[in-house]
Amino acid sequence: MAMSKQRGFPRGEGPWPWLTAGSVAISLLMLGALLLLLAVRGLGHFWPAPVTLVELQDGSRFAGMAVKEAPLPGGGGEERLYHTANRDLEGSPWTWVEVATIEAERHPDDLVVLERQRWGAFHGRLMALRGGDDGVEGQRKVGREDALVEGEAAWQSLVARLAELEALRNELARLRDDTILPLASRLADGENATLAAELARAEARLRELQMTMESGEVLLESVDGTRLWQPIEGIVRAQRPNAMSVPDKLAAWGQGVWRFLAEGPRAANSAGGVWPAIFGTVLMVLLMSVLVAPFGVLAAIYLNEVAHQGRMTRLVRIAVRNLAGVPSIVYGVFGLGVFVYGIGGSLDEWFFADTLPSPTFGTGGLLWASLTLALLTLPVVIVATEEGLARIPDHQREGALALGATRLEMLTRVVLPMATPAMLTGMILAVARAAGEVAPLMLVGVAKLAPQVPVDGNFPFLHLERKFMHLGYHIYDTAFHGSDVQAALPLAYATALLLVLVILGLNLTAIFLRHHLRSRHGRLPRH
Amino acid sequence: MSDLMPPAMAPSGTILAFKREASCLEIEGLCLAYGDKTALRDVTLRVPRHRVTAFIGPSGCGKSTLLRALNRLHDLNEDVVRQGRIRLEGSDIHGPEMDVAQLRRRVGMVFQAPNPFPMSIYDNVAFGLRLQGGLRKRQLDDAVEEALTAAALWEEVKDRLRASAWTLSGGQQQRLVIARTLAVGPEVLLLDEPASALDPISTLKIEELIRNLKASLTLVLVTHNMQQAARVSDYTAFLQQGELVEYGPTDSLFTNPRLARTENYITGRMA
Ligand SMILES: Nc1ncnc2c1ncn2[C@@H]1O[C@H](COP(=O)(O)OP(=O)(O)OP(=O)(O)O)[C@@H](O)[C@H]1O
Ligand SMILES: [Mg+2]
Repeated sequence: MAMSKQRGFPRGEGPWPWLTAGSVAISLLMLGALLLLLAVRGLGHFWPAPVTLVELQDGSRFAGMAVKEAPLPGGGGEERLYHTANRDLEGSPWTWVEVATIEAERHPDDLVVLERQRWGAFHGRLMALRGGDDGVEGQRKVGREDALVEGEAAWQSLVARLAELEALRNELARLRDDTILPLASRLADGENATLAAELARAEARLRELQMTMESGEVLLESVDGTRLWQPIEGIVRAQRPNAMSVPDKLAAWGQGVWRFLAEGPRAANSAGGVWPAIFGTVLMVLLMSVLVAPFGVLAAIYLNEVAHQGRMTRLVRIAVRNLAGVPSIVYGVFGLGVFVYGIGGSLDEWFFADTLPSPTFGTGGLLWASLTLALLTLPVVIVATEEGLARIPDHQREGALALGATRLEMLTRVVLPMATPAMLTGMILAVARAAGEVAPLMLVGVAKLAPQVPVDGNFPFLHLERKFMHLGYHIYDTAFHGSDVQAALPLAYATALLLVLVILGLNLTAIFLRHHLRSRHGRLPRH
Repeated sequence: MSDLMPPAMAPSGTILAFKREASCLEIEGLCLAYGDKTALRDVTLRVPRHRVTAFIGPSGCGKSTLLRALNRLHDLNEDVVRQGRIRLEGSDIHGPEMDVAQLRRRVGMVFQAPNPFPMSIYDNVAFGLRLQGGLRKRQLDDAVEEALTAAALWEEVKDRLRASAWTLSGGQQQRLVIARTLAVGPEVLLLDEPASALDPISTLKIEELIRNLKASLTLVLVTHNMQQAARVSDYTAFLQQGELVEYGPTDSLFTNPRLARTENYITGRMA
């Protein structure tokens, strides 16, 4: 053969083993590099970076973290970007400086980094704290006569006060969700004096808690000497990164990651956590699976087991395979037109006429998004299931028939159990495709901000008409649509990593299921 | 019944006995085609009760097709065109009062490749019984043991009834399939080259099993192995290109074939 003429490779083999091995290696490397990039950029964000106090030759000073360096536009030297925070004082939280003009860089221990609900982070010094000391009943309002705490003591009481605030916030949330909301909905059904009294008591407690939270503020000073008063309840987290030991930082990192996973977003998605998005993504994918599995499997059974294997069936099969290649945005448009406006609009007219013109089902929502994605992944499930069915040897079917089974019994007792691993493979592919899909969702129900997850304690518990958040859309929104993209970028990386992990988790569940089913009886023997 | 006999058959001792046999299955003028490809041409023969009847013939001559016609396995294939009549104990298997599932329970079938279902050994044997329903756990246990014993497999698997059937050897799998078929209590057992995928020892076990089952069932065996046909069958039918060429007692067909075509086939194979 011509192959044997080539030199440098084992005779008769040629370069193909190297080519194939090489492409595998390159694919794996690229995948690994992608994950590494996401992990480093995303998870590194939660590590408390040291704050540098930078003094320039012209005498000005600022405190910040170096983000990146770039060559000067005209050439000759580098310039460096610092995250200097203090948007309320400086106007911009970012500062470019020429590296050559830096006079000195120091890392003083007393520099604080505050994460605030408004205006982003603050870098500077904590001068004093007043009001809201943990006095009896926490009733005191901010006032001139409040004791002023200064220096190290101020820092200590700020830390204590923040922990207390956290507890108060939790109590407040519990009170609202577990007591006030159910009471209010029960009251709406019928008047009841005891209930009303209970509600009034709970509301009084709520106001009390809110008042306690509102007390106290701190005096802050930026490194160039500007001062401001900051209410304590507006502070999310306080750190002195330069004074933290490695275990401290590790603990802070863990807490940061936890908050990212467990909390809702803040500041127009440029800060805070992604819990509603995780929840929305997983719930939507699960709903999608529940919707697509029966349709896909039934369609595959029809095509492979019931339909006459003629020209028509072949045509349908080709059409199904081609549907998998239709751009997802087309499904989105279809979902918007048919599900949202068509079916949703009619549902509103029939059942929710009293709330019109504000739509209930006639607008994007969880149900329509899941349906649209179910439609999108239907071909994948059909094709995978059909291949599984086609792989089952005919003698298995005939074996069942020869024992007096009807065609239905043959299907349910022999064929379908044998095809289950293939169906799960189809589900795995469908989940992988659906979880990463964003474009169609933008038309049929994803929201930029929907802090209320679609499952709660109120009837009917699962709110299919609600809009929901999605990790993929969250990435798009934080990375490209925020007011401060530079600040939100690490969060976008972290969200991307999380999305990959969520898809991985969903897939591993299906793979585990499939393995479990397979190992019960071993693989199909080859006859 | 003598008019169903091939014409060129001179009476002798065994042949007279053959003529007197009570028939279990009667095939009359059976023609069968896959679309426009004819597979069986006007086959007429009767299968005697409680005997082993072997179908032999070159590959593609229609042995399996004939066998599968006997329990209507062709029903699923829409391309199949059939003419002629098949009677089981006197009643037409295509008749209106014949229930296909019922027919297939009465006429069991074992295929060339062992095809146990991907379930436990127990569940495989209980499969047909569970389809009928109405059996208690104890009755089911007894029926499974009985069937496995009848298939000479009980001793080998009684300690691992819950193990997957796919963990058995090929020969054991084939006997399991026979047990599974016996469990539903058939009157006829169709065997399509049941030993062709097995080693010699397993083959001998199957052959012994066939001889033992004769007491309670009518057996029809398709085989490519002349010695096997000679060893286990009472009567042999030779088919060629969809036609029944010669049919008679195994001894006389092998030792004294009536037609040259039969002799060529048998000697060509046996040499
Ligand atoms: N499902 C089918 N569709 C079309 N033609 C078929 C089908 N099954 C069998 N045939 C044809 O019918 C003829 C008889 O086939 P059959 O399987 O009965 O032969 P056989 O005698 O069992 O052969 P072998 O000894 O190789 O098993 C063959 O020519 C075969 O090609
Ligand atoms: Mg055959």
